[in-house]
Amino acid sequence: MPADTTGKNQTARQIFPPRHRAVVYQALLAAAVVLTAWYFISNAVENLLARRIASGFGFLNREAGFEIGETTLLAYNSSDSYLKALAIGLFNTFRVALPAIFFSSSIGCALGLARLASNWLLAKLASVYVEVIRNVPLVVQLFFWYAVITESLPAPAEALSPLPGVFLSNRGIAFPTLTAEFRIALDYPVLSGFNFSGGASLSPEFAALFLGLALYTAAFIGEIVRAGILSVERGQFEAARSLGLSDRQVMRFVILPQALRVIVPPVTSQYLNCTKNSSLAVAIGYPDLVAIANTTINQTGQAIEGIAIIMLVYLAISLAISSLMNWYNARIGLRGAKS
Amino acid sequence: MKHEKILRWVHAKLFSSWTNTLTTLVILYLAWQFIPALINWALVNAVWSPLNASDCREAARQGACWAFVADKYRFILFGTFPADQQWRPAIVILLLLALCALSAWRTVTRARLIAVWVTGLGTIGWLMWGGLLGLSTVENERWGGLTLTLLLSTFGIAFAFPLSILLALGRRSELRLVRWFSSGYIELIRGVPLISVLFMASVMLPLFLPAGVSIDKLLRAQLAMILFAAAYLAEVVRGGLQAIPRQQEEAALALGHGYWQRIWYITLPQALRIAIPPLVNTFIGFFKDTSLVVIIGLFDFLTAIKISLSEPRWTGFGVEAYLFAALGYFLFCYPMSRYSQTLEHDAAPGRGFSQLREL
Repeated sequence: MPADTTGKNQTARQIFPPRHRAVVYQALLAAAVVLTAWYFISNAVENLLARRIASGFGFLNREAGFEIGETTLLAYNSSDSYLKALAIGLFNTFRVALPAIFFSSSIGCALGLARLASNWLLAKLASVYVEVIRNVPLVVQLFFWYAVITESLPAPAEALSPLPGVFLSNRGIAFPTLTAEFRIALDYPVLSGFNFSGGASLSPEFAALFLGLALYTAAFIGEIVRAGILSVERGQFEAARSLGLSDRQVMRFVILPQALRVIVPPVTSQYLNCTKNSSLAVAIGYPDLVAIANTTINQTGQAIEGIAIIMLVYLAISLAISSLMNWYNARIGLRGAKS
Repeated sequence: MKHEKILRWVHAKLFSSWTNTLTTLVILYLAWQFIPALINWALVNAVWSPLNASDCREAARQGACWAFVADKYRFILFGTFPADQQWRPAIVILLLLALCALSAWRTVTRARLIAVWVTGLGTIGWLMWGGLLGLSTVENERWGGLTLTLLLSTFGIAFAFPLSILLALGRRSELRLVRWFSSGYIELIRGVPLISVLFMASVMLPLFLPAGVSIDKLLRAQLAMILFAAAYLAEVVRGGLQAIPRQQEEAALALGHGYWQRIWYITLPQALRIAIPPLVNTFIGFFKDTSLVVIIGLFDFLTAIKISLSEPRWTGFGVEAYLFAALGYFLFCYPMSRYSQTLEHDAAPGRGFSQLREL
């Protein structure tokens, strides 16, 4: 439909020139945003008064009064403050997200290479894995792994022991640790009563969340690695071979440096997704930041502050990871080229 | 001749070198170890009928307990919808599938597609709520199961999509304030986990409404899903918009088209066509994400399965139950994923990996 370029439109442009229109539109938008915000805030103030809910972050220093299932490295008991409980939640988020990122990267690389393998069975196997994992929601996978660990594994008394000193049971995974009391030695877990003591152990919640996150993220990273390697032109490979480089050297010095440039940006967003997805911990009862903030909200009623804390922390993590990866990306990028 | 061809293929793909042969043998050995055991567990020794549910409890049980699914299937499909009215959600499921299939059919024009969606969603709303033309009213607390999952995702997409187009246009707008607002919104939502947005809708939103006004839980969750999906879709749409050469818009400007005419007739149709494969991928991610409502206690497909498991009769069959849930989601996501791969392949033959699925 051609526009009306004569008469009415022309006069409209003279009476109401685009520059003025821009100012009016933006003023309208600003007014709408401010009014909506004001409306919500005034309602909230009224509701909080009516329900006798305090506001502000004063609650952070009050006694939390709940126990946390997993408190490695940091001592915590129920008489500690909400602030400390939330700090432990944040620590637990990192405790599961960082290893998951590390393992998903290694499994992802292996998957990406396997999908390009000359062996048909291996390539098919990898592609079936990727399709199955990517098309099932992560929560379902977490519930599944949790059920496998708590329902299918035997009780501690009949624990499976795939390696000496490592025990898989429905109470989680127990494994030996190094101790340095008198001399450096391994501290083996020993069955006592209904569970293991000694050594170290991972809870079923942690194990399920870690396994689910790592396997899920790996499928996406695998696809990124595959696409990255495919993006390097075939001629590069052929030229490197004709210079007499071995397969391994071709990969190390020619293909990977070029593929990494394509791989790093999407992998960054996968790392972010993995960290954000660790918030699904609340579904299987692993005490991460979101789970603890949720308990805090239920106890204090201060939903606004609780959710603000969750959002701010995740935004900060997002910013930190993306600036770290941007730095890495600039380092591996073409010298002298703008990224 | 054909025989020889097959032999050559087998040699090249499975036994071309020592390492290749070794890989093949290892995989075949593992398959021989695990596949028969798996088939025995899942099919041969499985308990199928809820009538012999007690067999599931036998200590020597060797197979899976699918009796659980057979017993609870109505609940898993329709939630607590009144039993004599369950034909209504059944039709709704079929209608929703038909709507999606129609959208995937490339010859349907845009105007017709919009009209079909509006009437389709209207009919679905009438079938679910009732209260008109002789249908009894059913409160939305009784909606549930697979029906609710499909409703949440389809209505979510239907409302998030137009919103995302506005956001994407806003992010590229010449008006600075509009640009700031859109970018701020998109980045904020993409930076936080969906759970926090769902918590916002379930515990924070009620505080923001005036006393006496309340929006029910389902609608609040739906609202959160829409606001969340819009931010992700907006980035995909923006990708499409960026791929359109500037000259297209300049030519439209030279012909005297106004802003909305330029967008509606020139830029958007081209941009959306480019953006379809990644849009479908975002839809898949969104469909999977609806399962998170289990955390705020809404009655979707996954919650129905989880609640069925808490019945004393069926506790301890989590592995079977969640395998079934996984299969359910897979049956919806996999065809969509294949569809998007075909589209990509059609758009750029030989470059099937141009668009990566991030969700």
